[in-house]
Amino acid sequence: MSSLNAKNKDAFHELASEKSGSKGPKARLRNCARPMAPGTAVGGCAFDGAKVALQPITDVAHLIHGPLACEGNSWDNRGAASSGPTLWRTSFTTDLTEIDIVMGHSERKLFKAIREIKDGYAPAAIFVYSTCVTAMIGDDIDVVCKRATDEFALPVVPVNAPGFVGSKNLGNKLAGEALLKHVIGTVEPDEPGLCDINILGEFNLSGEFWQVKPLLDKLGIRVRACIPGDARYLQVASAHRSRAAMTVCSTAFVALARKMQERWDIPFFEGSFYGISGTSEALRRIADLLVKKGADPSLLHRTEILVAEEEEKVWKRLEAYRPRLEGKRVLLNTGGVKSWSVVHALMEIGMEIVGTSVKKSTLEDRERVKQTLKEENLLFESMSPRELFSLLLDRKADIMLSGGRTQYIALKAKLPWLDINQERHHAYAGYEGMVQLARQIDLAIHNPMWPQVREPAPWEPALVV
Amino acid sequence: MARVVSQTKSAAVNPLKSSQPLGAAFAFLGVDGAIPLLHGSQGCTSFALALLVRHFNEAIPLQTTAMNEAAIIVGGADRLEEAILSLKARTRPRLIGICTTASVEARDEDVAGDVENIKRKRAIELVGTEVVLANTPDFDGAIEEGWSKAVTAVIEAIARSDKQYRNPRKIAILPGWNLTVADIEHLRETAVSFGLDPVILPDVSGALDGSIPEEWMPTTYGGTKLEEICDLGAAMQCIAIGEHMRRPAEALQRLTGVPYVLFRSLTGLENVDRFIRVLAAVSRKQTPLNVRRNRMQLQDAMLDGHFHMAGKKIAIASEPDQLFQFSDFFTAMGAEIAAAVTTTGTSKALEMVPAKTVKVGDLSDLESLAATADLIVTHSHGREAARRLGVPLMRVGFPMFDRFGSQHKLTILYRGTRDVIFDFANIIQTNHPPNPWPT
Repeated sequence: MSSLNAKNKDAFHELASEKSGSKGPKARLRNCARPMAPGTAVGGCAFDGAKVALQPITDVAHLIHGPLACEGNSWDNRGAASSGPTLWRTSFTTDLTEIDIVMGHSERKLFKAIREIKDGYAPAAIFVYSTCVTAMIGDDIDVVCKRATDEFALPVVPVNAPGFVGSKNLGNKLAGEALLKHVIGTVEPDEPGLCDINILGEFNLSGEFWQVKPLLDKLGIRVRACIPGDARYLQVASAHRSRAAMTVCSTAFVALARKMQERWDIPFFEGSFYGISGTSEALRRIADLLVKKGADPSLLHRTEILVAEEEEKVWKRLEAYRPRLEGKRVLLNTGGVKSWSVVHALMEIGMEIVGTSVKKSTLEDRERVKQTLKEENLLFESMSPRELFSLLLDRKADIMLSGGRTQYIALKAKLPWLDINQERHHAYAGYEGMVQLARQIDLAIHNPMWPQVREPAPWEPALVV
Repeated sequence: MARVVSQTKSAAVNPLKSSQPLGAAFAFLGVDGAIPLLHGSQGCTSFALALLVRHFNEAIPLQTTAMNEAAIIVGGADRLEEAILSLKARTRPRLIGICTTASVEARDEDVAGDVENIKRKRAIELVGTEVVLANTPDFDGAIEEGWSKAVTAVIEAIARSDKQYRNPRKIAILPGWNLTVADIEHLRETAVSFGLDPVILPDVSGALDGSIPEEWMPTTYGGTKLEEICDLGAAMQCIAIGEHMRRPAEALQRLTGVPYVLFRSLTGLENVDRFIRVLAAVSRKQTPLNVRRNRMQLQDAMLDGHFHMAGKKIAIASEPDQLFQFSDFFTAMGAEIAAAVTTTGTSKALEMVPAKTVKVGDLSDLESLAATADLIVTHSHGREAARRLGVPLMRVGFPMFDRFGSQHKLTILYRGTRDVIFDFANIIQTNHPPNPWPT
């Protein structure tokens, strides 16, 4: 476990660099290693984070080594999209029973499970995830994976992120570590190009990334690896030959980006595909990094032309929503990159932000949202459902945007709500996504159902105006 | 009598099971003013929570002791105490239902001892809140066992064991996890229509039926009241539904002397007839008119529906009691159980399943057995297998996250059986259109 400790520290090393370097060590750790308080904690564990960060790699078999609950209770709960293989949608677990644990059979069972999966499903690779119980009883998944790799001539990758080591966010980082240690750089691509990039921390939820990719295609920029959204194992394994990178969900993968920069000289930036200016800026910075690394400088010019065309088109389409949304009050309860990027996007169409949570945001994310909102007391940390319920009412929000976990706080207050987290059904990325977001907010706020559902019951005294 | 075939694979592929602590937490949600507390890593709770929320489309109160690395090494007693006190201070629950998970059970922690210590040490702070423990490691059992253990724990901890005056109108009903909110409400109405005063434990209507409270509620609202649990010993008769409810029924009998009668299933004409006879005997009342009417409607539905169901091959996967409930019903309508898969192999209900074999396994086992079936019956996770095979899916059980209103589906007594016949026959009719007569 001590090596795990060292690894965890290393995963958080990122926070000690650059902008956050001036803050004290406590402040640096505050965001990502938030202590998990008994009786008040919400959110996932490190295992959850690791699985979330890797499972969208589509042609890999993801095998969870532990008792049933870790996989049985959690599979099929995120809507990443695949353009091809569906293996990642098949759920694999060693489903350890009491006998396996007491008799010390678990490592053998894991090895046999790997063999069964290899024979039955012919995956491009198998990722093996440790969990609380298997880490605790001392199963050495590294050794089992190594042996399986040798014997089956198939990459079998250990992912060491048992739930108890920390938060979901730590798990994201440990997933990055596993890729770095066992996957990235293990395959040489056939035809590396000058305009190859990596996108890190993009999950392709509801096919979001497919709204952005055509823009890059138009510019002749090739996404060698989008990790993890719609990725193939070989793309990830050869990602070290890209010329530049962008981290979308920085909280998850910025450490991976930094290490890839150190090891393979791949410059990166933290950006977002949410909002109009966010998307434009991301395109510009990708082009800029590629040109600095030797791509044809005309790329910059072509990017400007594309951005100008696309922005003009999207603003025209958004004008239709402005009169319906201007001045409407939004409360955001989301995390990470979305706390500022969506804020920015909404302000662009004239909505008023009455609060945004900055849980799970990096210090850089926080700085950005502060600059955008220009008022610090609109930022809030994670809060209890009851507090959030009051906040919604006190600030007279017209709508709450959040994830599924908190949806009933708005709905039980009979207030409009829109899902912008992992279970959402609409894609909000890129220029196209901004129009979709405006449309969905409009539909939510102006649904004719609201006045009906708020109508007093027939047996209650009528309101006298 | 079915032969139970145990699992031989090392990798469970597409799990059928949800975990035992989830089942226990589910049961605690049927007590008024309760918060289930999972003792383990944060993820144990967040996964269970997400699944419950997606099934019910409701906010679910569920908390965690968030075991960290240190707690895994030195034990979780401190975190348990901190969690209990924090929950008590913030939400003032009537009941904190602790469900252990694999992490603490694999350490072989004496959680029962820890809970006793905490209750003694913090007696004053905890006034007004019951703390109940169910030992539910994830590496054992599934929803059914978890549910059964939690109900047993609640009875043992709260029901008064001293001699009580028996109220001739009062009955205790202990429903299994597989009864929906609508089932529970229907059970109550039926018992009340016989002039009885039923206490149902657990009662998942209330917080899980979609009602909207005036203000934000951090605990369950609705469900069995603690006072009612306390006075269970005043009941004339206990009725347990599902083999897995035998354990809590026995606990109640041991503690208070209330006799129990067990129904493996309340679906299907014959099963319901037996149940109605018991209600009539206990209440000494004639069967009310509405119940008689419901029975006639069911008879009619059986006459109308059997054309579509006779000879159909059903592949079904569920927890043991629900597996029995539905396979018993399907065969009673002339269908045949071509494949039966279940989560755990110890339940006595499995022997009664009308199939040659019952396989303890996962949804990939179901998929490999269901290729020639006319209908697959399982929860929402079976949708991919059904799609791949091109066989229609009838969703039953937990989780059901891709259909609305699963809680308001009636599956028991005359009316519920009638509704299930309609459901079943409609799915078959849609996918296997009969001859164009009658139109």
